[in-house]
Amino acid sequence: MAAAEKPPVTVTWAGPLNEPVGCVLTWVDQRFPMMSLWRDHLAEYYAPKNFNFWYYFGSLAMVVLVLQIATGIFLVMHYKPDAALAFASVEYIMRDVPGGWLIRYMHSTGASAFFIVIYLHMFRGLMYGSYRKPRELIWIFGMLIYLCLMAEAFFGYLLPWGQMSYWGAQVIVNLFDALPIIGHDLSLWIRGDYVVSDATLNRFFSFHVIAIPLVLLGLVSAHIMALHEVGSNNPDGVEIKKVKDPKTGHPVDGIPFHPYYTVKDTLGVVVFAIVFCVIMFFMPELGGYFLEYNNFIPANPLQTPSHIAPVWYFTPFYSILRATTEDFMWVLALGLVAYSALLIGTLRAQALRIAVAAIAAVLLAGFFTIDAKVWGVVLMGVSTLIFFLLPWLDQSPVKSIRYKGMLCKSVLAAFVIVFLVLGYFGTQPVTTGGTLISQVGTLLYFAFFLLMPWYTRMDKTKPEPQRVTW
Amino acid sequence: MKLAGILMIALLAAPFAATASEEHVKLDRMPADVNPNDVVSLQRGAQVFVNYCMGCHSAGYMRYNRLTDLGLTEQQIRDNLIFSSAKVGELMTIAMSVKDAKEWFGAPPPDLSVIARSRSSGAGTGADWLYTYLRSFYRDSSRPSGWNNQLFPNVGMPHVLYGLQGEQALKTEEVLIPSGSGKKEDARKVEVTKLVLEKRGAMSPAEYDRMVADLVNFLSYVAEPSRHFRQQLGIYVLMFLGVMFVLAYALKKEFWKDVH
Repeated sequence: MAAAEKPPVTVTWAGPLNEPVGCVLTWVDQRFPMMSLWRDHLAEYYAPKNFNFWYYFGSLAMVVLVLQIATGIFLVMHYKPDAALAFASVEYIMRDVPGGWLIRYMHSTGASAFFIVIYLHMFRGLMYGSYRKPRELIWIFGMLIYLCLMAEAFFGYLLPWGQMSYWGAQVIVNLFDALPIIGHDLSLWIRGDYVVSDATLNRFFSFHVIAIPLVLLGLVSAHIMALHEVGSNNPDGVEIKKVKDPKTGHPVDGIPFHPYYTVKDTLGVVVFAIVFCVIMFFMPELGGYFLEYNNFIPANPLQTPSHIAPVWYFTPFYSILRATTEDFMWVLALGLVAYSALLIGTLRAQALRIAVAAIAAVLLAGFFTIDAKVWGVVLMGVSTLIFFLLPWLDQSPVKSIRYKGMLCKSVLAAFVIVFLVLGYFGTQPVTTGGTLISQVGTLLYFAFFLLMPWYTRMDKTKPEPQRVTW
Repeated sequence: MKLAGILMIALLAAPFAATASEEHVKLDRMPADVNPNDVVSLQRGAQVFVNYCMGCHSAGYMRYNRLTDLGLTEQQIRDNLIFSSAKVGELMTIAMSVKDAKEWFGAPPPDLSVIARSRSSGAGTGADWLYTYLRSFYRDSSRPSGWNNQLFPNVGMPHVLYGLQGEQALKTEEVLIPSGSGKKEDARKVEVTKLVLEKRGAMSPAEYDRMVADLVNFLSYVAEPSRHFRQQLGIYVLMFLGVMFVLAYALKKEFWKDVH
């Protein structure tokens, strides 16, 4: 069959290569949707012109993803996924492989940088209501990416086979042990052994270098495809597609992604690279937060470190896990009763009211019959998954924080502080005061989400503008 | 937006707000004049290391010929630092078996390749820890080796350097801590333990401290031999990125001037 009839590609720059280049592009374009991909996703993807500082982190996340994959490929060439050799092979990379130390530090700094970028990217979404209709699926794909990223980081952290690698994995896999009935077999199945061992290292390696990255790439594609389908949100939270130029049909407040945002994001990448390089070249351990000091001791299954802390990006959730003590169940029970009362008072349908009461009764019974440790694991899981519900929890008439009232602004600020405080106490050894603060933090953390339908409605909002402010 | 800016700063500053450690031991600081790029100090440290430490401790991720970083030729390394039949390109391993070591000391002496990195904590750098540790041995007849350590209680390692330092003893003193009110009867009595040199070794305390500092300097180097090059390269990379920043900024300005 002849190549699909498509008009020849016109090359817009002048020069001696004009004609041959045009010929090649036409040949390809008649066999592959190259020009339409280029137009739809870059040259004629119209993005709002009022993107601010917070809009750099999407493209930066992409840059870090590529960096992690590229450095990862080179690390795998020299790394040995074997409990007897793993630690030494990392030191071999640091010493004997030419440039190995640079690749390794890029990867270890990149792991933390990935989470910093993603947390800032998510915070941008929280501020400007980027998860609101019609962008719910973008948010859901994004959250799935975040979960994959946590899995990726967790599996990867075992690979250097240091004390923290080993005992961190041991603690987290043991969490599954707490689940009723299936727990013991499940944790055994995950480890492939009774303790974290060579078998665990091999399967974690497989997940880290093949399984999760594949899923991650698929999800990133879906995230971007969904974004380009509905168009980007912006700091004003108004749809630029509402006001279009009658002649061209393009949004008046939109500008083509290429060249405007490609050059702007290039600037963002350079600034990011400067910060990244300052850390990587001059403080790669970042005070024990990016590379934990204990991880320079080879894994020793017979010697438990006195203090096991996960890497910083997991610590807010780890705090929630540790906050869930036997006594705290009473507070949770009280919160559950109050929240169900609030729901029953708000819901109109009788069937829903009965359902809420029934679920609350079951949970309440569970609170005092099942070990608090199990509820800690459940709460930790829910604390990451609850972000999925944001598109439906937020009932504010406006999207952006710019037009929300003091109530929503203060609640978001409080949430950020709670997240940081939980994160801090997650790095520290257990103390009575720390546990108390973490418990208050846990309540506030969940209140941010669960009470959102009410406080977003109560909030006094300002009217949104017709067009973006610029 | 202002709020967002403040939150941003708070978010970035969070990792620096506290150090990730639970240790509260007081560590002596490495002398400030010990320069990690001072090859004479590093060479002396290497000499002490192979003479005193490598009897029991390996540096098994380090190759002898990497010590050319310290301004030595391979021949000098062969002549002065290799006491076994090892080739100059081989790893700095030892002959003692783990089984024997366990029997003799209770625990195998750890490999020292990355000891200076693993001993870092909120209390100080790994170098500070090692500098304090090697100067904290004292006579203790209740221990199998006859030695104990103030920083690392009941340590398995005997005081290998006692010939140089001499013998210290742990003395307990009562010290009066004056109260805030300034009245003598409010002052608290506190027991303070301190190390006293009872028998002099071949070196004066100042000489011994200097030798330990050189050794620790060497151990810090061994923990990350590429550190010096890393920092040098970092400066060039940042200079390059500085130029890139100017270009990227100019490019952005140029393209965006027609966005109204």
